[in-house]
Amino acid sequence: MKLVVGQGSCGIAAGASKVYDSISKYNDGKFEMGISGCIGMCYLEPIVDVYDGNELVHRLVKVSEKDGEAIAKAASSGDFSTVSNLFISEEDSSFLSQQTRIALRHCGIIDPNDINAYINADGYSAIKKVLSSMTPEDVIEEIKVSGLAGRGGAGFPTWFKWNAARSSKGEQKYLICNADEGDPGAFMDRAVIESDPHNLIEGMLIGAYAIGASEAVVYVRAEYPLAIKRLDEAIKQAKEAGFVGEKILGSGFSCNISYKAGAGAFVCGEETALIESLEGKRGMPRLKPPFPAQRGYDDKPSNINNVETFANVPWILLNGGSAFSAMGTENSKGTKVFALTGKIKRGGLVEVPMGKTLRDVIFGIGGGIKNDRPCKAVQMGGPSGGCIPFELFDTIIDYKALGATGAIMGSGGMVVMDDSTCMVNMAKFFLDFTTKESCGKCVHCRLGTKRMYEILTRIVAGEGKEGDIELLEELCVSIKDGALCGLGQTAPNPVLTTIKYFRNEYEAHINDKKCPAKACSDLLSYRIDAEKCTGCTLCAIKCPVKAISGEKKNPQVIDNEKCIKCGNCKTVCRFGAVFVE
Amino acid sequence: MCNSCNCSKNKSDLTLLDGVLEKYASVKGSLITILQNAQEIYGYLPTDVIYYIAEKTSSTPAKVMGVATFYTQFRLQPIGKYLIMLCQGTACHVNGSAKILKTIEEELEIKDGETTKDGLFTLKTVACLGCCSLSPVMMINEETYGSLTSDKVVSILRELRGKEVQ
Repeated sequence: MKLVVGQGSCGIAAGASKVYDSISKYNDGKFEMGISGCIGMCYLEPIVDVYDGNELVHRLVKVSEKDGEAIAKAASSGDFSTVSNLFISEEDSSFLSQQTRIALRHCGIIDPNDINAYINADGYSAIKKVLSSMTPEDVIEEIKVSGLAGRGGAGFPTWFKWNAARSSKGEQKYLICNADEGDPGAFMDRAVIESDPHNLIEGMLIGAYAIGASEAVVYVRAEYPLAIKRLDEAIKQAKEAGFVGEKILGSGFSCNISYKAGAGAFVCGEETALIESLEGKRGMPRLKPPFPAQRGYDDKPSNINNVETFANVPWILLNGGSAFSAMGTENSKGTKVFALTGKIKRGGLVEVPMGKTLRDVIFGIGGGIKNDRPCKAVQMGGPSGGCIPFELFDTIIDYKALGATGAIMGSGGMVVMDDSTCMVNMAKFFLDFTTKESCGKCVHCRLGTKRMYEILTRIVAGEGKEGDIELLEELCVSIKDGALCGLGQTAPNPVLTTIKYFRNEYEAHINDKKCPAKACSDLLSYRIDAEKCTGCTLCAIKCPVKAISGEKKNPQVIDNEKCIKCGNCKTVCRFGAVFVE
Repeated sequence: MCNSCNCSKNKSDLTLLDGVLEKYASVKGSLITILQNAQEIYGYLPTDVIYYIAEKTSSTPAKVMGVATFYTQFRLQPIGKYLIMLCQGTACHVNGSAKILKTIEEELEIKDGETTKDGLFTLKTVACLGCCSLSPVMMINEETYGSLTSDKVVSILRELRGKEVQ
């Protein structure tokens, strides 16, 4: 019997390390303990898997520290009926059973700190196959057959980039992995590195072999300390085992892998900015051409791919490109990982074949909206993407189909929104982000996003003017045309899509000075329904500015002059007497 | 280096950095790594440290400063004992992080980026921490706190402050 505690960042934040310690404390030696990475069911963390040999016999969810003793006793006796209250429900199990996992195939199953766990799961057999029986051209051809496209957001065919870097003249070439996962709401790359770092290393080795690089670097976000730690350990193990370094597996191919931690700049997800940052400079994008495949890191030919892209590569080489391209649609092959968050019942990591609908993912796997409120939209692609309204949830997951809505596939963030999310405020949120993250190199991005942010700030404050929507649209077009890099060129997308699908919300803010979602505090006033109020005065006690007055057991009144619209009164009222206008 | 006055430029123990510089000063493209190590040692990047790094890497203080100010990870001011990093990701935003920010600002009487007078807490809003399913989320030093409400935040902060008083 072996108990495996999922220890990804989310799991640890939910208390997984404490659960591990608490079970270990009661371990009488009759069972083993182990860890895994992230299975992706973040909403059920901490999770403890019970294995009998290689077979998963029980999955315990939402485990807390105080369950430790009971679980240890159950594992010792082999009778888990005493902790059956922690068993995963059938409905929750369907979160995983509806998925097809390739990039995440080992996540939450194997121990990320143990290279042997990876090797036992067919790990490093793809690189063995490649080095013993394939030429670099064969590898590129296999990737071409698979139809694999860049999973970082742009969706550029991977084989094409590899081929360009291979054909580029130069003795020294570099392979770079972009692990600067900056899109707020996306965390699949972190999960891959934390849960299955050797898969990334193997994917990179294959890529390095294909393009002819002897140096490979992972540029990883500084905000992911656990991922950095596990990657560091994995690289050391791979070196010791002879998978990384000189003359790998006795072949003529040598490749060193290292990593560098970023320092917190969203723009460094853009490939030329990433290269600048790798070189120790301010992360400002370069003009293209020359493309990185011609002159990249250290002015040498370089190829950059995203973590999830590499995570698919070993599987493709083992199972064949056509097995990968058998999944998906005409334009988009294979699977895609999404980070499902926001107002969703079952949030976590979802990997599905391309071609599924948004509804399949959000309602089928995600279980729909928290508290069964009406669904309004889903935001895809972070600050470069857009909001897709509920009416278009039959759109399939496909680069072209999603692009047609005005949003993008992006790196895979899917933030679900209900009727309480204000779409104008949402657009403002993203512009606030891009304004802060703009590197300042080009005028369109530096000033354009700032002006848009100012207009949106006015609108949500109730100071919108006629013509603001048109002015925003005009700015959007100019910034798209004029900005130097992807950050600026896509920054208007959140504004454009919210105007396209939720123009009425903009108009309500500007013309009627109302926020239909009742989210923009400057446009709201809190009142108390005298009939429902019992005079318990709880609201008055909780009011931070003493704006609520009235006798005990009599209806209370809010002084709107004093009110700061914090909403505390509404939250604490047990009688539903506080309402918002 | 500036030797003409007693400003904060001349106060840090620069020898602490020698090991780091020995390892990285001559490795091309290592400035960010050096700054990260320096911040680990001093808690922030004091001005004299920036001058010292520039001197040892044959760069200029302006160049080093340019990099230090470009990236959000680097701090030019000392921080409190507890660094509160409040996530501003999309999922946290949708789930009410703005209200949590307001609560912390009111409870500690500081704004984003500031440190309390007693030097205990520094508040910093940060980009997505990637724990979206637990949103809204904050990190205090190494510990992550999820599914925050105003009441929960206040009790966490008071508990930490209480610990210090004892």
